[in-house]
Amino acid sequence: MTFDPTLAEIRFGNGLSPVVAAPVSVDAMLSALEGPDRFGAAFPIPTYAEVYPSPLDIRNASRAVNQALENGGLEEAEAARDEMRAAAREAVGTFIARQMARDVTTTDAFRERLVRFWADHFSVRPVSGGIRHLVSPHIEAFVRPYVAGSFADLLVAAATSPMMIYFLDQHQSMGPNSQAAQRRDRGLNENLARELLELHTLGVGGDYRQTDVRELAELLTGLTANAQRGTQFRRQQAEPGAETVLGVTYGGDEESIDHIIAVLRDLAVHPDTARHLATKLYVHFVGPDVAEDVVARMAAAYLATDGSLMALYDGLLGSDEAWDPQLHKVKQPYDFIASSMRALAPPTEDILAATLQDVRRLVQRPLAVMGQTWQSPLGPDGWPEEAEDWITPQGMAGRITWAMQAPKEIIHRLPDPREFVGHALGDRAPDAVVFAAGAAETISDGIGVVLASAAFQRR
Amino acid sequence: MERRSFLKNGLMLGCSAAAAPLVTPVAMAAAPWDTRLVVIILRGAMDGLDVIQPYGDRDMAALRPNLPVGEAGQALDLDGFYALHPHFAALKPLYDAGEFGAVHAVSTPYRDKRSHFDGQDILEAGLPDLTGGGLRDGWLNRMLQVMPGLEADVAYAIGREQMLVLTGDAPAQRWSPDANLNISPNARALLNVVHHDDPLFRDASAEAIEIAEQIAMGEAEAEETADMMAASPMMEAVRSNGEHVRIAEFAATRLRADTRIASFSINGWDTHARQANAMRRAAGALTDTILTLKAGLGPVWEKTAILCMTEFGRTARENGSTGTDHGTGGALLYAGGALRGGQVKGSWPGLGDADLYDGRDLMPTRDVRAYAAWVMRGVTGLDATTLEQAVFPGLDMGSDPSILL
Repeated sequence: MTFDPTLAEIRFGNGLSPVVAAPVSVDAMLSALEGPDRFGAAFPIPTYAEVYPSPLDIRNASRAVNQALENGGLEEAEAARDEMRAAAREAVGTFIARQMARDVTTTDAFRERLVRFWADHFSVRPVSGGIRHLVSPHIEAFVRPYVAGSFADLLVAAATSPMMIYFLDQHQSMGPNSQAAQRRDRGLNENLARELLELHTLGVGGDYRQTDVRELAELLTGLTANAQRGTQFRRQQAEPGAETVLGVTYGGDEESIDHIIAVLRDLAVHPDTARHLATKLYVHFVGPDVAEDVVARMAAAYLATDGSLMALYDGLLGSDEAWDPQLHKVKQPYDFIASSMRALAPPTEDILAATLQDVRRLVQRPLAVMGQTWQSPLGPDGWPEEAEDWITPQGMAGRITWAMQAPKEIIHRLPDPREFVGHALGDRAPDAVVFAAGAAETISDGIGVVLASAAFQRR
Repeated sequence: MERRSFLKNGLMLGCSAAAAPLVTPVAMAAAPWDTRLVVIILRGAMDGLDVIQPYGDRDMAALRPNLPVGEAGQALDLDGFYALHPHFAALKPLYDAGEFGAVHAVSTPYRDKRSHFDGQDILEAGLPDLTGGGLRDGWLNRMLQVMPGLEADVAYAIGREQMLVLTGDAPAQRWSPDANLNISPNARALLNVVHHDDPLFRDASAEAIEIAEQIAMGEAEAEETADMMAASPMMEAVRSNGEHVRIAEFAATRLRADTRIASFSINGWDTHARQANAMRRAAGALTDTILTLKAGLGPVWEKTAILCMTEFGRTARENGSTGTDHGTGGALLYAGGALRGGQVKGSWPGLGDADLYDGRDLMPTRDVRAYAAWVMRGVTGLDATTLEQAVFPGLDMGSDPSILL
């Protein structure tokens, strides 16, 4: 089983497009990924440091309202705050539209898939309703730039990002013997330490104990964030003294974020981490029945290159299993919508001109019915991988409804369904789908049965 | 009978029922029992020590200087030893009427790693651990597997979330009140064509279409639910009409008809920080849900057993951010006219340093699965051997706690 451009787009990309050529080889896929992020640049989403309204803007606006309660000028302060909240809501729609434009037009689709994969690996949720627009900028700053580099860099960036710190209560954690704890009678919170070991690095089957969680939690104290400066290290919160995680002792001299970065870099290249990441990539892209030899080769290459993500991808794409013509995965809801959009190929300016109402009607609400509320996985373990978790009666109701009704709102003139089968499925279109596309009562039903077909939903 | 043959029989029945074309929109006579069983999974690890506060324990107050219990925390006394967290006050009238109760110091067999995800998997799988390598199904589904010939809509998983507890080879429906599906007969026939060779898609689409049709035909029942709820004085205590209320309304509508088992989750119990605030939201969702079920079920409430279970308890001591961290023993909450409420059951282990599990958590004194098993036994008539082998492998049910009336 060898490289196949159609499978490359379906399994490792965003599906086929009638106007964008598929990659010609594994080397072409990997070198595009190593090259500049052209489509990220073409459809920019601000980073966490650039976004408006920023966490500081939001804090200042609510402070201004509180001060106005005492000093007057309440109406103006509230109007300014409400305007900012409206801008934050609009930003969510803008960021979804730009991400969709990247997904529909890119020739480097594996990158977009990897950004989603790693953003899910390091899942965060906004801790309050007014900051939903920060998730895309968080991904832009702390995930996207690192997906073709070393996992240690990605881990340090994502695990110490402000949203992760808030999401997992790390800012609340204080060393039991720290100055801050003694003054404020607060203490340790193990949440981030636990997820770092269980989800981000070694994996829940990894070789660690409750004492490692505890020691890592103590080592992480001092890592915190605020609205003004983002992530920072507050020595007053840090537990004094050395901690031992997985048999290695860190710190002991002056408390510093360097000890935290050191433990993260060690965890990144632990053999259990290599295995966990290789397995997770395999399961995400190829299927649930893991080929142990492929995972072992991927993990070995990763460890031999000091944690290079490219080595993992190279091992995966270089395996026979990656090009198995049988499709074992189903597209997650966002990927279903993105790949449908890519097959429909609306003009890019139409995607970018979508209003917040359009985005909510055509993307966000349908995603929720399909079981994937935008950027809101239930927990830090992200979205499920199993086909059965997505292809439920309710999930299918959402997918079928979208397939039948959304396309006619997305492009002005729907293509002939008999032609569209080729756009969507290329040389892999099963006879049943070709037949159904030609037998529909209406053009929109014809497009709908193609997009709702098992052949299109799988990858 | 061996567990294997039980499972095998159930499995065969389950497969054939799921694969059969679901053409009858109105289900046939549903289940050979009449009591409704509702299992609510409280995700995030509810702090049993805060919800059902053992304020009569001499060690309790000192463990939680910033999370006061009993009178100091405006909790409502239940029996002189336990008190109900004030955010659950709306359920106190049900407690007094014998329709709400709790069991304390219980847990699943899960120990030590205290991961939400593993803890919930073990709770819903109903297994002693995850070493068997297989999360094939959940315990509610296994119960259905040993009951021959049930229609799929006997059991409903409700909401957008995957409910492992009801997942498995026995047919069970899953629906979220906000899904809808409106397609032409021609498109429906063509969907059959494009899904024909893929059983996962074929079955899911067929069920989606069938449920959508049932719901369209059941508009009258839904209106009846709304009328009953509007007429109920209990509903004055329901503060919001969020997703959980719509789920409870949907559940009530189905349970008044042929559905006998419903399961859904209520999230938000992971109170690591500022627990008093975090508890308000989660407690509100749970009390709203129970009151909505009571109002919506009408006379069927008398035949209803609701079990609210969580993956594990929380640390006995408060943490540094006026919250609590992942623990072990906790509480099971229950409600419904079919259960003997107005009491807090369970063997109390105490909260002294030596009494705590691992020096930090409430010591579980009984497997929470035993209570679920005894309720299921009373509801369905299944024998203890089946429950201990096929439904909850490895469970010793012990003596009957008799919480079912």
